[in-house]
Amino acid sequence: MSWLQRNLDFVLGLMREHLALALIPVLLGLVISIPLGWVASRNRYSRAALITITGVLYTIPSLALIVILPVLLGTQILDPINVVVALTIYTVALLVRSVADALAAVPKASVAAATAMGYRPLRRFLAVELPLSVPVVVAGLRVAAVSNTSLVTVGALVGVGGLGQLFTEGFQRDIPPEIITGIVLVMVLALLIDGLLLLVGRVLTPWDRVGTGAGRTS
Amino acid sequence: MIEFRDVTKRFADGTVAVDHLNLVADAGKITVFVGPSGCGKTTSLRMVNRMIDPTSGTIIVNDTDVMKTNPAKLRRGIGYVIQQAGLFPHRTVLDNIATVPLLLGWPKAKARARAAELMELVGLSAEMARRYPAQLSGGQQQRVGVARALAADPPVLLMDEPFSAVDPVVRANLQDELLRLQSELGKTILFVTHDIDEAIKLGDKVAVLRTGGILAQYDEPGTLLAHPADEFVEGFVGRDRGYRGLGFLSADGLPIGELATVPLGTPSATAREIIGDGWAIVVDTDQRPQGWVRVGQLADGPVTADSLTAGGSLYDTEAGSLRGALDAALSSPSGLGVAVDADGAVIGSVSAEDVLAVLDDARQAEIGVS
Ligand SMILES: Nc1ncnc2c1ncn2[C@@H]1O[C@H](COP(=O)(O)OP(=O)(O)OP(=O)(O)O)[C@@H](O)[C@H]1O
Ligand SMILES: [Mg+2]
Repeated sequence: MSWLQRNLDFVLGLMREHLALALIPVLLGLVISIPLGWVASRNRYSRAALITITGVLYTIPSLALIVILPVLLGTQILDPINVVVALTIYTVALLVRSVADALAAVPKASVAAATAMGYRPLRRFLAVELPLSVPVVVAGLRVAAVSNTSLVTVGALVGVGGLGQLFTEGFQRDIPPEIITGIVLVMVLALLIDGLLLLVGRVLTPWDRVGTGAGRTS
Repeated sequence: MIEFRDVTKRFADGTVAVDHLNLVADAGKITVFVGPSGCGKTTSLRMVNRMIDPTSGTIIVNDTDVMKTNPAKLRRGIGYVIQQAGLFPHRTVLDNIATVPLLLGWPKAKARARAAELMELVGLSAEMARRYPAQLSGGQQQRVGVARALAADPPVLLMDEPFSAVDPVVRANLQDELLRLQSELGKTILFVTHDIDEAIKLGDKVAVLRTGGILAQYDEPGTLLAHPADEFVEGFVGRDRGYRGLGFLSADGLPIGELATVPLGTPSATAREIIGDGWAIVVDTDQRPQGWVRVGQLADGPVTADSLTAGGSLYDTEAGSLRGALDAALSSPSGLGVAVDADGAVIGSVSAEDVLAVLDDARQAEIGVS
């Protein structure tokens, strides 16, 4: 505790960095996954191709990715962009499948009805298909966000790891309270983000929780 | 008016779903497409609003070739009701119904006011406005589907098996409501079903399709029952078609006979005189039939409602079909059908013999004409 009190400003700064490094990729990943997921939901072939590619991406070890990216992107090894890009890739790898599954599960009759009423495809996607896929997408988003929150720490090995720096520094200087603070704070952050997303998902989908039959009269 | 001119639809895999269809669906009428599964009913319907484009041929909706229109704009002017309702699960009942007005750019308040109006029209109580579709029964969902299709007051309505997913009682209810709505609104309706009884009940004209998308017969329901074009149609219109066909024959000329009536509360001595050795119908103060009575049934006091023999169906002279008259006679314990006026008051009796005589006259007339 006393270690934390003495280093509070330092830790809060790392926490801010950690949040940014974890959440910016979630947002970017979501924005990229929606069109990709849409393509994957179109037919069997595009689905197979995209799911395979993103599956392979997910298997690349995170440290390797963070080390290779500067070469590919021409960035400095210590540039936080590398971590952001790496985590965005993982987020996309997780979310494309969620988005594709969610879109495929939208009731066909609702989509047909929307078309029959005169929605053009883009507007129909934004007004009907996308909102209806929110519950499944949010579930995927929670997994990605939690996984990102812990993956950020790997960046500490190249100097940009948010709270991960508490691990590396704690080990190097042999300060166990620093390591423990790091572990606990990462877990707390992950839980908070998860809870927040759960809440946002609920607010966005009031229709998803009305029990079938609960309010029924005939 | 909707006109199919030599319309064929062949899908990419070679399936011919609709084969050289020629047909005119009259303006302001209900035209029903009926036939076995896979005979091209849905395909025919969806070619009208361009959800499917024909391989060849022309479809004219209110003097416009649909292929020359913008599909999204065309669809906003054509109501569409599908099986399972196809409601938007994430929108409230009110917002589901307001969909097309909003697409047409109406202000939100006006669209919602219109939606509320439609809820009343289709018989949904106002407190359902803020529910989500999952909170409605199947029948209620179908009503929302109908309201949504009617919201922008389109002249044409396409209905694809709209009532097939609800139980028979609710279905009969929805059918009656549709007929009531149609008598008020006079839309040009194309209605798809695989239920011949529904087709006969709802259709001003019925198109029977056979597998392969070929039109087998296109006629008024009465003609369909009386003169099926071939064995396929005959098999499809089913059993009892002779009896059901009576529903489309006018009872003009059917004599209404006398019927002894006994008001409730009549002293038994007076009742005995009225009844004689036959049957009499007991009526309330509005002359509405309560049941039949015979001399042997009479107790000592005045005639009461609980000592009567239950009556059969009533023959409504206002609707005036031979089927109603015959059924009233056949289901009555006395052998005489009770004829009532529009208010349900007894005006006399009908007999099965008289119904058959009228039927015979109609046949003679037909032979004489043709
Ligand atoms: N997109 C498609 N590609 C290939 N064949 C199709 C397609 N859509 C329909 N068909 C075929 O065309 C035929 C007519 O189909 P349609 O859906 O119009 O039948 P239907 O009369 O509505 O049947 P149901 O009563 O089962 O709804 C069927 O043989 C069907 O398999
Ligand atoms: Mg169909």
